[in-house]
Amino acid sequence: MSAISPSEIKQEFLKSKIGIVGIGILVILILVSIFAAIIIPVETFQEWNNPSSWISFPKTAIPVWVNFFPTEKIPEHKILEEPQKYVEKLNDVSIVSHQFVVNFDYDSFPNDFIYEFSAEYSGAPLLKMSIIRPDGVKFELLSTSLPFSESMTKHDERIFSTDEVIRKNLFLKKELFDFSIEKLSAEDIVFSRLDTHDVLKGNYVFQVNLYGVKAENEIADSRLIVGGKAFGIMGTDELRRDLAVGLLWGTPLALFIGLAVSIGSVAMGLLYGVYAGFKGKKTDEALMRFNDVIYALPALPFLIILAVTISNSIFLIIGFLMIFGWVGIAKVSRSMALQIKTKGYVEASKMMGQKNSRIILRHIIPQLLPYALASVAISVPAAITTEAGLSFLGLGDPTFPTWGQILHDANVHGAAPRGLWWWIMPPGVMIAITGLAFVFMGNALDAIVNPKLKRQ
Amino acid sequence: MGLKKYVGTRLITMFGVLMATLLLTIILVGSNMDTILKQGVVFQVRAEITENPAIAESFSSVEEFEAFVQEQIDQRTIALGLDSPWYSPQRIGITMYKILILDFGHATFLTSDSGSSDVKDILLEKLPRTILLFTTATIIISIIGIFLGALSGSKSGSKLDRLTSTFAVVSSSFPVWWIGMIMIFLFAFVYQIFPARATPSIPSSDPGYILALLYHMALPLITIVMIGFGSWAYLVRNFMIGIMQEDFIIAKKTMGVNQKKIIYSHALKNAAPPIITILALSLSGSLGGAIITEAVFDWPGMGRLYFEAITVMDLPVIIGATYVLTVFFLASIFLADLLYGVFDPRVRTSS
Repeated sequence: MSAISPSEIKQEFLKSKIGIVGIGILVILILVSIFAAIIIPVETFQEWNNPSSWISFPKTAIPVWVNFFPTEKIPEHKILEEPQKYVEKLNDVSIVSHQFVVNFDYDSFPNDFIYEFSAEYSGAPLLKMSIIRPDGVKFELLSTSLPFSESMTKHDERIFSTDEVIRKNLFLKKELFDFSIEKLSAEDIVFSRLDTHDVLKGNYVFQVNLYGVKAENEIADSRLIVGGKAFGIMGTDELRRDLAVGLLWGTPLALFIGLAVSIGSVAMGLLYGVYAGFKGKKTDEALMRFNDVIYALPALPFLIILAVTISNSIFLIIGFLMIFGWVGIAKVSRSMALQIKTKGYVEASKMMGQKNSRIILRHIIPQLLPYALASVAISVPAAITTEAGLSFLGLGDPTFPTWGQILHDANVHGAAPRGLWWWIMPPGVMIAITGLAFVFMGNALDAIVNPKLKRQ
Repeated sequence: MGLKKYVGTRLITMFGVLMATLLLTIILVGSNMDTILKQGVVFQVRAEITENPAIAESFSSVEEFEAFVQEQIDQRTIALGLDSPWYSPQRIGITMYKILILDFGHATFLTSDSGSSDVKDILLEKLPRTILLFTTATIIISIIGIFLGALSGSKSGSKLDRLTSTFAVVSSSFPVWWIGMIMIFLFAFVYQIFPARATPSIPSSDPGYILALLYHMALPLITIVMIGFGSWAYLVRNFMIGIMQEDFIIAKKTMGVNQKKIIYSHALKNAAPPIITILALSLSGSLGGAIITEAVFDWPGMGRLYFEAITVMDLPVIIGATYVLTVFFLASIFLADLLYGVFDPRVRTSS
């Protein structure tokens, strides 16, 4: 084999179409990673396993973009955080009013609605919640007084549509409807037409009024959630987590795992193999027998045992994957080193009394670098799929939302039988795309390094 | 070096590797195994005493009673040899000897379908099923792969060749188990053609069991074949391209020998050694990779057993299964080496 200079590799590589495609995909993945790091704060992804941080999201919601297709419009999950605020004073009474406008334009009823607020008040102000429908009908939903307090106090509450009082208040209006609303839930009544039990489309105005005798009463953090079955561009999973967050954060994780494992194992294999080949004789024999032992270990069973008995921390798993990754590379680099060793200039530097380490680092390793580069690219996909496989079995690091972890959760919650395709498809596609990027680059590099393999 | 000596050295190396693997497994699970066994002894003693209230009544004070219990526990611990730590050479020696003579002991939690907790029975029950699914799949994959590869290799650059290469690269990028999930989703739920769980619901004594098993096998088999044959074809293609450029093939071509005959008898024959090596390796590789695939399809074979054993930390089963998997793996490497030696005499004579 002859040495190829870096500029030659670059030139050849740029000529290869699949190499360019591979680089293109990789650049996109890196951009996605940067995007994820900027857009989604690190805290969000650390909160991945904390159910309370996802509480206002819907369960197993389909991605919203399915509504672009001309089928039934699935109600989107809406979280309204910015109401129109009015403050009014009539003699001694002050009214704080928050209004939410909900454009409800879907073909089925929402799951529920929840009003979250935190009020600052003194005394026992009265909270009234009402809704004005697109057809002008107004429903009083709730009227309740907040717990009495002498001094200024802060009160947090969540009002659910399942509240009995809301239902009772709605039943008072049952004459308006042409059908029996006896067994319907609050959201089914509020969003229904009067003549038939179908969705009434249009703008709904939710109004929350706080009546008090003191002027300084205030509602802070007012939030209305209209529970739907569609959310975000990637949907949510059973634990209400936004899958877009998991998928985005999975990208830098997968790249990190893949590159760390492959660079680590190629470097190990290269040094090991070159040293064995260069030293020769007994050292070579002993090192190669040890290589045989590692080669003969069944990798997956051992990875599982290691993950279970030692630790499933992501960094240790990367280490375990390296243990099984370097073997093949060591074999090839040994035979390459055997060839290079016989070259005149290596013999010459030996004669000149140069140190072994210097000969290896200066004369042999540089020649193997193109091959090493190709090996790194080729071994990335295997590292990513193996880690995903371990995570899928539930042996991965649960603190990081890797794609394998998402698929594991999907499998545990029976996503396939339940038809939750948005939970299964994207992680697998992402794994494959990432793998393909490196396979493409690897093939292109391989063709440069081993000209024999070039397509005829 | 003659073939006998070659086989001999390989065998000794393999045995050494097998021992090393066993030792490594024991080292990894040893401390856990000790804790579990000791807990088992304590549990056993306590259970016997609660079953027999007369023992507790015969003591006057609590201290005396506790001392008696402790004595009982100590006695049994010594009887089982648990007083010396798991890493004492004696115990490792005994454990390894037992495993070598295939005495894996009794499973802690898992049982075979027939209710036996003997690890050997469990393994013997699961092994044929794994072989049934994965060996069948590997055979189908290799047949399709060899023919497709030979065909596209002989016409390199053609549409078929490019299609095969693309398919190979793309299909090998998807994890098999993920494709499995998609296949279950599509063909067991959207279109209800195949059962979702690969385990037949009827008992294994039923005469229709074999048929049910075959029907349940269809979906995993299709999945494995679909994902597998592309890379096979690609490998065979690469060998073929190399061989098709050899002088003797070009000579045959100029002599006007039938194209088909050149491909299938002359070229393929010369590509045989590496192909057979890969066949042997992929047969064993499928056993290892089967862990995740079997977990997805719920196929009642070795892979799922291994996974179940890991999740409940059933150590005798883990050790037994690792041993069997390693033996298979080594056997196939050995077989591959041997076949290579038979097909390619240079291997034995040159070294």
